[in-house]
Amino acid sequence: MQSTLEPQTSFAVTDKGFYGRFGGAFIPEMLYPNVEELRQSYLQIMADPAFQAEFQQLLEDYVGRPTPLFLARRLSEQVGATVYLKREDLCHTGAHKINNTIGQILVAQRLGKKRIVAETGAGQHGVATATVCALMGLECIVYMGSIDMERQKPNVDRMRMLGAEVRPATSGSQTLKDATNEAMRHWINNPVDTHYIIGSVVGPHPYPDMVARFQSVISEEIRKQLFAKTGRENPDYVVACVGGGSNAAGAFYHFLNEPAVRLVATEAAGLGVSSGHSAATTALGKPGVLHGSRTILMQTEDGQVTEPYSISAGLDYPGIGPLHAHLFDTGRGDFYAITDDDAMQAGFNLSKLEGIIPAIETAHALAALPKMGLTPTDVVVVCLSGRGDKDLSTYSKYL
Amino acid sequence: MTSSITRNRITDLFAQKGDRLLNVYFTAGFPNLDDTLTILRGLQAAGVDLVEIGMPYSDPVADGETIQQSNGKALENGMSLRTLFAQLASCRQEISVPILLMGYINPVLQFGVENFCQQCRAVGVDGVILPDLPLDLFLAEYAETFRAYGILNVNLITPQTSDERIRHIDAESDGFIYMVSSASITGSTKGISEPMRAYFDRIRAMQLRNPRLIGFGINDHETFDTACQYANGAIVGSAFIRHLQDHGTSPESIRAFVGTIRS
Repeated sequence: MQSTLEPQTSFAVTDKGFYGRFGGAFIPEMLYPNVEELRQSYLQIMADPAFQAEFQQLLEDYVGRPTPLFLARRLSEQVGATVYLKREDLCHTGAHKINNTIGQILVAQRLGKKRIVAETGAGQHGVATATVCALMGLECIVYMGSIDMERQKPNVDRMRMLGAEVRPATSGSQTLKDATNEAMRHWINNPVDTHYIIGSVVGPHPYPDMVARFQSVISEEIRKQLFAKTGRENPDYVVACVGGGSNAAGAFYHFLNEPAVRLVATEAAGLGVSSGHSAATTALGKPGVLHGSRTILMQTEDGQVTEPYSISAGLDYPGIGPLHAHLFDTGRGDFYAITDDDAMQAGFNLSKLEGIIPAIETAHALAALPKMGLTPTDVVVVCLSGRGDKDLSTYSKYL
Repeated sequence: MTSSITRNRITDLFAQKGDRLLNVYFTAGFPNLDDTLTILRGLQAAGVDLVEIGMPYSDPVADGETIQQSNGKALENGMSLRTLFAQLASCRQEISVPILLMGYINPVLQFGVENFCQQCRAVGVDGVILPDLPLDLFLAEYAETFRAYGILNVNLITPQTSDERIRHIDAESDGFIYMVSSASITGSTKGISEPMRAYFDRIRAMQLRNPRLIGFGINDHETFDTACQYANGAIVGSAFIRHLQDHGTSPESIRAFVGTIRS
């Protein structure tokens, strides 16, 4: 299990926190001591065998890992290639998000923190954070955009049942970006006793690297499972949706230096890339600084951050993690923009073909399959990042 | 390396006056797009020592609700860096008080750092405060440009900043050091606590080469007065924004506000 935490070479973060020209730690001085404390200790903490043992055990016994790699026969037949689904939707709490929150809560404990603050978009990260806080007996405050609180009500109820305090972010677009602003402000106000569990591969260094490492268990398992099933470790494609990009970072991680594996990232095009209601960051954005890192960012000519739109709360974010900006910049990743309509159809399609209702976020990854020009010999792994129970009302309204 | 910059209005001010300096912040474009010069004139007439003009930003993470809302309103009104520089183009014909621009790094990056410094120089801006531009990145990428145009970069310290880092910041700063009064975003109205006084004392005892102004949570005469016992002066922001919102931008109104802080 050692390899989960081993640094990759050419797409690894530099010691200053950069992936190519993206990354870094653009933070106000108020956050400097917190971020610096984390930067100096995270690799050491994660390399500690006792930490490793506890992390791995919780992943197995609590999260339910390894998650299956499922050969989706009917979907394969439909798209004309061999498609495997990496079933992160079967993780405890229903999405990959808990891989990261388990890791970070163990880091927070070792830093002596008493309280956890987090942001959430779709509520999956909020639920995963509230869950591990309950497990470890730590106080938990989750900021969530007030619009997201409405469209993801079941997750709000779950967080509250788990003992978390859910605070509405009422500024700006009242979605994930604003929840992140509020969580950062909370951390500025409570720098000593609080750890901020960022839910994606975004934020100031070392967060993007730390979160990617915790999520890298996804690709570590894919390689082993694919080898066991097919005799090959490398698929031709790995496909994942990208809001901030944590499930994609985890699914790509052990393939970053395998050029034969195409890495496919799908972003939310909303009503269409040029509609003015979109969250397709690489199509619409340019380099800028948001939430502590230099990345690709949807913004006006004056550098004001644009309000994104997507039917999926988890992809409704104007930036992407700096690793993904680097993958885009270098051409290592293929980026697709998927509309609300295409994603919803892909969600219904998978439900009927395979008996699996995916999260709307995840449906954006599935919707790329018909657009990729697949051939019958291709082997594709789709990261099925989350289950769709939380989205039932959106799905039913759409019918 | 200790930085050195040729003198400008800020260094001149501190050379002449060492205590009870009042720096007042307002957001460009708030309450109305064209209020910038009116407010500048009002503040100068009321006798403030420095003025800090906020460059509005969509995601001001270090700011509390009052300044967030003023930023949002200013953007709605159409404020941008280009507009702000146009408004300030001839301000130095009548405004002699030192001017700082305060804001977040992304709009400056999109404007172009060199272009930004050039414009600051052209209109007579003396210094810049960019809380989310960390010192090491500033030194590595932008310090030379700032120096070439004679623009001061003001750095922040907080109660959590280590002594070692404060020494480093002091060595790399010109003009003054912005002491954030407590672990908080702007707009606190909780007053000045004992731990805050202990921190002010600790910094005073360090005998830094730069003068210090205390900001965040300075909102009335009492907090201003306390801050002045420990530093060269203080910065008022959110309280002035609330005043502009409630009482408007007339010279009388601004004079009355400054009066309540000073006396």
